[in-house]
Amino acid sequence: MGEPEAGGGEAPGRGHALAMDTLATLILIFVGAALINNFVLHYFVGICPFLGVSRRVDTAFGMGCAVTFVISIAALLNWTFTYFVLRPGAPLPAWVWAAAGGDPATQVDLSVLSYIIYIFVIASSVQLVEMYVRKFFPPLYRSFGVYLPLITTNCAILFACLEIMKHMQDPTKVWGLHEALALAVGGGIGFTLAISLMAGIREELDLCEVPRPLKGAGIALIVAGIMAMAFMGFTGVDKGVHAALSALLR
Amino acid sequence: MPSDQPTALERFINGILPENPIYRQLLGMCPVLAVTNGMKPAMTMAAATAFVLICANVMVSLIRGLLKPHLRILVFTLTIATFVTIADRLLAAYVYDMSKQLGPYVPLIIVNCIIISRCEICASKQGAGVAIADAFGMSLGFALALASIATVREILGSGTWLGLPVLPAGWPGWGIMVLPPGAFLTLGLLLGMAEWASQRRAAVKRQGGGTR
Repeated sequence: MGEPEAGGGEAPGRGHALAMDTLATLILIFVGAALINNFVLHYFVGICPFLGVSRRVDTAFGMGCAVTFVISIAALLNWTFTYFVLRPGAPLPAWVWAAAGGDPATQVDLSVLSYIIYIFVIASSVQLVEMYVRKFFPPLYRSFGVYLPLITTNCAILFACLEIMKHMQDPTKVWGLHEALALAVGGGIGFTLAISLMAGIREELDLCEVPRPLKGAGIALIVAGIMAMAFMGFTGVDKGVHAALSALLR
Repeated sequence: MPSDQPTALERFINGILPENPIYRQLLGMCPVLAVTNGMKPAMTMAAATAFVLICANVMVSLIRGLLKPHLRILVFTLTIATFVTIADRLLAAYVYDMSKQLGPYVPLIIVNCIIISRCEICASKQGAGVAIADAFGMSLGFALALASIATVREILGSGTWLGLPVLPAGWPGWGIMVLPPGAFLTLGLLLGMAEWASQRRAAVKRQGGGTR
């Protein structure tokens, strides 16, 4: 939808300029996912933990870190699957197709399987991360162990994978791993930012007199609405960032 | 054990208002906020969710004897993902524009907590008949909740309802209502109203309780 238009056009063709251009694209994707199109306040994904785990700042921050961690791992694994197996024109199914004696001119497209593969990868990577963290980092496990199993059904993870998939449908312009990870980490940090801000506001709200029917989720949603208005102020920042970056990196 | 489970009729009625997934259980908030800027996308979303919920509930109920406790969530998720893929392809084939407009929110039905919670609470314990009744009740409750929010947002935001003009032509249209903040504000206020009504009812009856 509102993804920042990737990459400026004026790369003069030299290697250095190309690297700078890649860097600028990554920064734009990152800022876009974290602030301009914040996962929670613009796309409404991850609302359940945003309302459920935002009563205290430290638990909210722990949840945000857990989500950022899992979102990066899921993006890494799902980018790999999408690049090699699922996207139109992926190498692996084409190789199998040719080996089975199929017509090499046919393009094999397995993207209809992507939802099932993604959710399977997310569910199993959450399980693996949980076991790994429990075994090797017990203090970390105690601090966000409770939230880890809940993350499987956190829409933000699947949403990040779907956004990455959207940018891999066109075989001429496929996102690389670095771009996918920039989106995932940006989205995770944006989620952490939103949920921590929310928890800070709710800690103060506990001291206020809220009308009885609005206590709990009602007032939280209204606060979120006001926060979403504030985040709308970031609209258009990507153009400024792009101009500043191209001036800086020239 | 099965004797103290609710019957099909109770399941059906519970889903509509007493245990409404949005207003009483606060489940599945993402689509509720994301697709309610108009009645048409909201109703398409409600239909797609109903399809997936009914199919998944029946399927899980039929295979409930084979479920292993530690793998059941994974089985639920994969069943749901299969039906979501079918729903997504059907939408793309027959209502392409709407499918484009709903975008990622159709695949996000997979992680809609309502469906997983119904599989866990009802379908994995009771027979297919009860599971169908439960799924219909919950879908109806979900559709009603979506419709209530979409009605407020579409009428105030663009002065139309299901695309038909309802407010006078001079209505300026509150742009904020169709933008993300309007979704949060509308849902927050409607939740407050639902809570107020149930508190009033409880005060009249002089008995506490309710699901939450």
